[in-house]
Amino acid sequence: MAQNNKINVRPGSKKKRKGRSFNKGRQLDPVAQADIQTLLEGKPRQKNLLIEYLHLIQDKWSYISASHLMALANELKLSQSEVYEVATFYHHFDVIKENQKPPPPLTVRICDSLSCNMAGSDELLKELSLHIKNDVRVLPAPCMGLCNKAPAAAVGKNYSGNVTVSSLLTSIKDKAIKPLPTNHQTYEQYVDDGGYQTLQALYNNKLKANDVLDRIEESGLKGLGGAGFPTASKLRIVRDQTSPKYLCVNADEGEPGTFKDRYYLSNKPHQILEGILIAAHVVSASKIYIYLRDEYTAIYELLTLEIQGLVERQLINKGYLTLRRGAGAYICGEESAMIESIEGKRGIPRHRPPYVSERGLFDRPTLIQNVETLYWLPSILKKGAQWFKQQGKNGADGPRSFSLSGRVNNPGVIVAPAGSSAEELIQLAGGMIEGHTFKAYLPGGASGGILPTSLSHLPLDFGSLTDYGCFVGSHAVIILSEQDNIKDTAFNLLNFFNNESCGQCTPCRIGCEKASQLIAKEHWNKPLLNELASVMTDASICGLGQAAPNPILSAIKYFEDEV
Amino acid sequence: MATNVSFNLNGKQVDANHDETIWQVAKRENIDIPHLCFNDANGYRADGNCRVCMVDIEGERTLAPSCCRYPSNKMVINTDSKRAVSARNMVMELLGTDLNGKRLNNSNFANIASSMHSKPSRFPKSPRTNSDMTHPAIRMEHNACIHCNLCIRACREVQVNDVIGLSSRGHNEYITFDFDDPLAESTCVACGECIQACPTNALSNATNNNTDADKTTRSVCPYCGVGCQVNIHTKDNKILSVDGAKGPANDSRLCVKGRFGFDYITSTQRLTEPLIRLPNIMKGINIDPANPLTHFRKASWEEALNVATKGFLACKESNGTSSLAGFGSAKCSNEEAYLFQKLIRTGFGNNNVDHCTRLCHASSVAALMQTIGSGAVTAPFTTVKDSDVIIVIGANPSENHPVAASFFKQAAKNGCELIIMDPRAQALKNHASHMLQFTPGTDVALLNAIMHVIVDEKLYDESYIQSHTTGFEQQAEHLKQFSPEQMQSICGIAADVIKTIARKYAQAKSAIIFWGMGISQHTHGTDNARCLISLALMCGHIGKPGSGLHPLRGQNNVQGASDAGLIPMFFPDYKKTDDLKARTFFEQLWSCELQSEPGLTVVEIIDAIHNQTIKSMYIMGENPAMSDPNLNHARDALAKLEHLVVQDIFLTETAMFADVVLPAAAWPEKNGTVTNTNRQVQRGRAAVKAPGNAKADWEIIQRIANRLELNWSYTDLKDVYAEMQLAMPSLSNINWNRLNNEHAVTYPCSSPDKPGQEIVFADGFPTANSRGQFVPANFTPPNDMLDEQYPFILTTGRQLEHWHTGSITRRSHVLDTLEPEAFVQLNSNDAKRLDIKAGELAKITSRRGTIKLKVRLDDNIQQNLVFIPFAFVESAANILTSAALDPDGKIPEFKYSTVSIEKA
Repeated sequence: MAQNNKINVRPGSKKKRKGRSFNKGRQLDPVAQADIQTLLEGKPRQKNLLIEYLHLIQDKWSYISASHLMALANELKLSQSEVYEVATFYHHFDVIKENQKPPPPLTVRICDSLSCNMAGSDELLKELSLHIKNDVRVLPAPCMGLCNKAPAAAVGKNYSGNVTVSSLLTSIKDKAIKPLPTNHQTYEQYVDDGGYQTLQALYNNKLKANDVLDRIEESGLKGLGGAGFPTASKLRIVRDQTSPKYLCVNADEGEPGTFKDRYYLSNKPHQILEGILIAAHVVSASKIYIYLRDEYTAIYELLTLEIQGLVERQLINKGYLTLRRGAGAYICGEESAMIESIEGKRGIPRHRPPYVSERGLFDRPTLIQNVETLYWLPSILKKGAQWFKQQGKNGADGPRSFSLSGRVNNPGVIVAPAGSSAEELIQLAGGMIEGHTFKAYLPGGASGGILPTSLSHLPLDFGSLTDYGCFVGSHAVIILSEQDNIKDTAFNLLNFFNNESCGQCTPCRIGCEKASQLIAKEHWNKPLLNELASVMTDASICGLGQAAPNPILSAIKYFEDEV
Repeated sequence: MATNVSFNLNGKQVDANHDETIWQVAKRENIDIPHLCFNDANGYRADGNCRVCMVDIEGERTLAPSCCRYPSNKMVINTDSKRAVSARNMVMELLGTDLNGKRLNNSNFANIASSMHSKPSRFPKSPRTNSDMTHPAIRMEHNACIHCNLCIRACREVQVNDVIGLSSRGHNEYITFDFDDPLAESTCVACGECIQACPTNALSNATNNNTDADKTTRSVCPYCGVGCQVNIHTKDNKILSVDGAKGPANDSRLCVKGRFGFDYITSTQRLTEPLIRLPNIMKGINIDPANPLTHFRKASWEEALNVATKGFLACKESNGTSSLAGFGSAKCSNEEAYLFQKLIRTGFGNNNVDHCTRLCHASSVAALMQTIGSGAVTAPFTTVKDSDVIIVIGANPSENHPVAASFFKQAAKNGCELIIMDPRAQALKNHASHMLQFTPGTDVALLNAIMHVIVDEKLYDESYIQSHTTGFEQQAEHLKQFSPEQMQSICGIAADVIKTIARKYAQAKSAIIFWGMGISQHTHGTDNARCLISLALMCGHIGKPGSGLHPLRGQNNVQGASDAGLIPMFFPDYKKTDDLKARTFFEQLWSCELQSEPGLTVVEIIDAIHNQTIKSMYIMGENPAMSDPNLNHARDALAKLEHLVVQDIFLTETAMFADVVLPAAAWPEKNGTVTNTNRQVQRGRAAVKAPGNAKADWEIIQRIANRLELNWSYTDLKDVYAEMQLAMPSLSNINWNRLNNEHAVTYPCSSPDKPGQEIVFADGFPTANSRGQFVPANFTPPNDMLDEQYPFILTTGRQLEHWHTGSITRRSHVLDTLEPEAFVQLNSNDAKRLDIKAGELAKITSRRGTIKLKVRLDDNIQQNLVFIPFAFVESAANILTSAALDPDGKIPEFKYSTVSIEKA
């Protein structure tokens, strides 16, 4: 044995190992901390504002660096894992770690959902990519609610339709990256038109909440987000719950093919705001949140201003009505996922029961209504329940706002009687585009299935298509022609669901992935697809997974030769 | 069972409680529903994401997850309808498509798949390939992950460590640590709860290779005072792995030490033969513990015990009985503590027996005994589930009592206010409503100011004070001089914050105070504790659920060792040695004469060696050559002893000074009972045999006792325990068989068939007048002086991965890999001022000595304060610390020494 002059008295392994020079994990960077403290100056450090603050960072730096994210976590007293999983859940946030290269400052998003895809978004994306330099990033993106102006794209926050490679290049060159201004009905115009009188009557107790409920019930108004639940019943359930309770307005219109809420929001915001305030008053909501999809940038600006106007005119108190931005997640249109998102979390649907009317936002009773549903409230109360109810046909009540897109001459929002048929809608939209022969239609966006021409006479209303394995949902009707391939259509739709599944439950997360893979093949394994579809429908937590196989089932059922 | 739902389950009418899920009722009815993302253990919320437990409810459009669906009246539920079965099969097929079958071996997933006769998947494959092998204890393999998020619930809801997350979305989502960082570089504290929860082995123990165990032994963790129960899995007399058992204090949770720190017992440095010192070799920290034969020779037990005992007898003969002393250990069992103190008192003939309680909570115990007549906690830490306010002061439970901390964090998550007061910020602060980083050593100023507000604003509990306390008027009068406005400049906490805290605590329905060594290890430690007791007394926060006083005990058996009399001034059960009645009782029980004079305490014994009073010592499982303050002084003393017998499992730093070294069995090799911080007496069981000729401590003590002619004849621990029950009324109704069956029983216990009393003193205190006594405390500055030469304050303590003096944890692969080096925690502003960068060496000097060690930058520590863990012999923190003592508790001021720092 060697003679030790210096004896190693250290116990255990003699292997020299190096300890850490810092505390465990990522360290807070003082510069980033100062950045974030400046950014959040005067703003509350509430955990539920996480997504709002992620937007502030993304807007300012065009990405979210790990050090900024860490500083934000520190400010909000959240763990790294909590902020990271939220930031990476939403498509509009770019989290960039220490060893990663930040994205270019400008992002161009090309809509690749069905209507835009039919209008050539694939070629557009390919060609644009050839023309741009390193300072711009081009990404495919899901439906932007501009299906009547397909193809649509966003240059920064400038969302516009009927784009071409050259129009996009011009926007990029001119730095036209701000939202396009809207030409909406102003507060004054709305008031001149008799607006806010119903609300004032309600506030002054000249109109009773119960009378409001009776009239809504009589009108037959149903939830127009897609579920078709009788509005009066929902209001009554929440009205009977104990305070505090909330109203959340679902303006996360994301179902491919749907753009009616955008249409109303950008044209008649005050009628919607009045409807919101009426509903809030009826259920005694202590606070209102409008959850607006991030793609509706122009509407965000207009609502911010108009809500501010209502506060200045002392119609509402500051903080009573809050506008929240989505961040690029279709699933947040699902009401309980939307609640999670408003709470600052990943948009993951909750189990029902308990229903959100009993335990919703911040675990309190919550009324959730779609934009269009609320839009109709002032009219119903002003013009009468029967005025509304009698606008339906074929046993359906009221008018409906169909978002019509695809191979028709005049795509757009068509207000037609509930119970109208696809045939009739095509006529109202100016007929098929020349050279296109009507072949099939999607009665309810990506989720509602596909029906052939032979079934184009069916009345379109909630529940009317159940026997055919389809539904109308948000009344987004996409018209296909003989030039459109059913297989490609189903693939496009499944890809959409696969990208937008939140990932929470097995049937949807893996089901969408495997279904996409199966239908990408030359020959469809129909028995396996049918088996998979029935389990997705039976066992998924929310409507996304339950409806995702609809395009496949429809394709197999009605277009067997093509698949 | 309060039945309030009646429904039809598989054709049979069944009754259920309103809070029972379908899955739970089915289990009760012996209907087996497979489950993956659901863990039928406390604290695990059902999440319903895997969809493998789906059942069919008549009339519902879709199937329902039985794990999180509650039945309602008249429901008709079918658990094995064709639809439900086919959904479950398809879910398993989907999950199985991209998994690595080999990795799944022995997992819940594999068991369920086999019980469901799952067939190979028909779907196209797209497996993930990445894995994370960076961590010495835990590995993550994504190709076995089913995204059930049990690990997330384990990490964030059960242990509340908040490291694991599910990032990205949909089919791209995956399990991540922090910002998708390598596990070894993340904030992971390696509690391993995720491994225990994972149903697929995607997260698994990196230290074992999936070998099947042939035996599982239920025992208790050897580390801290929380007293987690463990299941030790062994094969061929070797420990393969350890996981949490459902003990009252841990509810199946463990920390990194408990789960991964068991391999020290197989260290090649274990002592397996008795050793006798070679003649004429200088005593000192001068031996490679891997190679003791440079300084010792092997001996037979016979020879070693003879040399050991002859030395004691010779010393007694020539220097008198008071020249001997013994240190026992809070790491040994109750039975061993009891026998050790009995040996010292009856064999050595004096009361010079003490152990590390002197260095941890002696002052707390002194204050508690003086004021409320009992040194133990008034409520278990698990009572925080009923608390509105929790105060944690002078303690860092997420490092030192990690499983207890998990209960605090859970309570905070559920809305309870967690208030932390400590000069060092800590991990718990993220869960706290308030973090008061006060000036070191000013505890009394801060606490008196809080009480001042309570008295001033009349927030106290008048009726409680009237019926249960004495001395409030004097206390109130005394507090007048401690207004928050006057105290704020002393303690560094703004007056309005002090007021807020006072109001929160006083106005809470139930509030509990936890404290640790930050309170006790001061020359004013007893005063610190008196303040906390007064605070609780004036607000009546004792004796009801969610309330109480809880000094978090350090060692796994420090409560039990103290109860068993391993302290110089008390016989077992805190009977004073100078109390004639008590002494007579023990003289009869032990059939010998006993000394009435209290013995010397740990630090006093070291001084007595220097004074030539003590000349011979028997040290069992204690390491004063690392744990005592002013180590140069303490080590000199050990070297000076004429005869030192050390009984331990390793050649510890103390054993390096020994004349005879006796190899002992380690805790997982022994039977016995230990008592945790919650007063829960728990049964430890041997999982493996001791190596070589090592023997259980109690057997060695008995052999020495009999060589001292004490004529003991314990044949089994059971006999020792039975005698302890005679000696200690606190163990009434808790007999050996009961402990065998129930694993743990809380004392005091009123009946052999009733659980023990967790929350005590609802109707009064065990004092002469049954009342709690207010004892006013004055603010006195710490002993060591800050000046130009020594401008920094040093505080010492433990760290998560290393236990105490490091003798066992530094011999554990995982723990020593995670924290291999000594370091000093330094604020980055101080570092800048001193021109020292992170990772560089610093030289730290106090009035007592100098050490060099690496700088770790950490802004949790305030400026002008540094922290050094005392586990590292190479840079032993206690070379710097001061041996100044608290006058009542005789505890040294480890938490305040002044030092200078320079770049080395």
